[in-house]
Amino acid sequence: MFDLDLWREIFQSINKNRTRSLLSGFTVTFAILLFAILFGISNGLQNTFEEAFKDDATNSIFIHSGTTTKAHKGLQAGRRIRFKNKDFDYVKEEFGDNIQFITARIYRNTPASFKNEQNTYDLRAVHPDHQFLEKTKLKEGRYINQNDINNKTKVVVIGRLVEEDLFLKTKALGKYLNLSGVQYKVVGIFTDDGGDTEERKIYTPVSTAQRLYGNNDYIDQISLTYNPEMNYDKAIAFGNQLTKSLKDRFSVAKNDQRAIRIRNMAEASKNVNQFSFVLGIIIFVIGFGTLIAGVVGISNIMIFIVKERTKEIGIRKALGASPRSIVSIILIESIIITAIAGYMGLLIGVGVLEWAGPALKPYFIKDPSVSTSLVIGATITIIIAGGIAGYFPAKRASKIKPIVALRND
Amino acid sequence: MLKIKGLHKSYPIGDSSLHVLKGIDLQVEEGEMVAIMGSSGSGKSTLLNIIGMLDEADEGEYILDGLPIENLNEKKAAVYRNKFLGFIFQSFNLINYKNALENVALPLYYQGMKRKERQEKALFHLGKVGLADWAQHLPKELSGGQNQRVAIARALAANPKLLLADEPTGALDTKTSHEIMAFIQQLNDEGKTILMVTHEEDIASMCKRIVRLRDGVIMEDAKVEQIRAEQYV
Repeated sequence: MFDLDLWREIFQSINKNRTRSLLSGFTVTFAILLFAILFGISNGLQNTFEEAFKDDATNSIFIHSGTTTKAHKGLQAGRRIRFKNKDFDYVKEEFGDNIQFITARIYRNTPASFKNEQNTYDLRAVHPDHQFLEKTKLKEGRYINQNDINNKTKVVVIGRLVEEDLFLKTKALGKYLNLSGVQYKVVGIFTDDGGDTEERKIYTPVSTAQRLYGNNDYIDQISLTYNPEMNYDKAIAFGNQLTKSLKDRFSVAKNDQRAIRIRNMAEASKNVNQFSFVLGIIIFVIGFGTLIAGVVGISNIMIFIVKERTKEIGIRKALGASPRSIVSIILIESIIITAIAGYMGLLIGVGVLEWAGPALKPYFIKDPSVSTSLVIGATITIIIAGGIAGYFPAKRASKIKPIVALRND
Repeated sequence: MLKIKGLHKSYPIGDSSLHVLKGIDLQVEEGEMVAIMGSSGSGKSTLLNIIGMLDEADEGEYILDGLPIENLNEKKAAVYRNKFLGFIFQSFNLINYKNALENVALPLYYQGMKRKERQEKALFHLGKVGLADWAQHLPKELSGGQNQRVAIARALAANPKLLLADEPTGALDTKTSHEIMAFIQQLNDEGKTILMVTHEEDIASMCKRIVRLRDGVIMEDAKVEQIRAEQYV
């Protein structure tokens, strides 16, 4: 293989027969290019879906309360349902086995100030589990803990942008933030992949908020994540069971859609998953088809090349070329062409994805890209296929009697 | 030098077969220059191809320089061709994308000679046929006569024991034919054994011996007075 003369022969042959080399290379380049673009687009679609669910845990269930729309068990319609701490505890105890994380939520809109800077923010009063539900990432300090809940401590965990807005260039951790006239100690700063709005939130213990805002035990919302070991169908069944038991608990009619509302991500996830699965199959079939087209193309070209070179092979054999040297010269040439052409296809494909990527965002294609290993795998497949496709005609050519090959003019 | 006994060869044509060579006996000594003549279909090219190991006989004995040529596999035939034989074809059979020098150097490549040595030797042989100045030209840039001279240089490069020429002047005009023949005669003068197939009487008469074939058998085998080609050039 490391015979310099052999390589010289091969490169001369490639160089002197440019049209032939370019044509055979083009097939491979095109196949790999299409392959890369297809997979890039499918990855882009997948990225879009992933991003849509990135903010919250995909196994979340959100429970909201509202106003009844139907009379039930002697109670009139129009009754307002409000969750309390004991409802939260009920859910936690009753369904504990199916629950991974659970938190209550109270929403408030509050002016916040530090020194001369002030602004209005969403305040969320939560339990410690909220951190995992919302996929909050702590940058500094700590999150709300059980101790805060028990002691109703006046602490807050603030978003990165809250720190930027109010504390300017200084550190917020350990300082006191003024929320509607009450001083809260900043114990943590967080970031969130959900975007700027998520990073302009302030978290405080649920118990603290309940005491300071009306001294009651109301809860606006219960959020939980189901046990991730459950499959989608089980999770959906769990959500239905949860709805039913809460409706019973609050004497709400079964078909009342507004009094107690449960949003179960399992339902959406199931749909998205099925969609991704089907999309994956389509892309796989198309990608595979492209590869096969490339393989067939390179096979045809190899047969053509061997046919075209029959006379040259005859001359070489008459001058003393061994069958092996004939096979290797043809094979190595085809492998070099396919490898270079495949690499070109890869470069162009990746380039096109890079270039067109930003423009495709409105079409639900985000960051379309392909893993290098996948494209290299595809290129190697084509090289091997080209090698096999070239081997048989080359082998046959090497067996042609030189006199037959030479007569061919 | 060359000894052939009871050589038979037939080609299948559809269901039947065509018996081309029907028992050829031929002996050629070193330094001879033999013309094999015959009308088309007489089997003269087939005989040359078998001698050149480009084709195989069905039956018979073939001894080249004391070496019995039998049970040839492709690899062995390739080595023998490279070592013992030089070919000159009617249609030159040069590789069209290689220049004159590279074409001449090709048999040396298959001998495993080093590149530099190969090129020196190829250039020397090109010089011998008077084409040293054309070394870098492609076959399409050369005239027919020049191409045939390149082919002769290529045949000589490997220093073969036997030079085989299949209608070497078939594609050339009379003047160029005589030039080429003058070369070949000169090679013979230097001691090369030459076997040539031709159907032109005047070309055959420039050899030292004429073997006439008809319907696969030797009709006549006679030494002749060689006519020198230089006088026409």
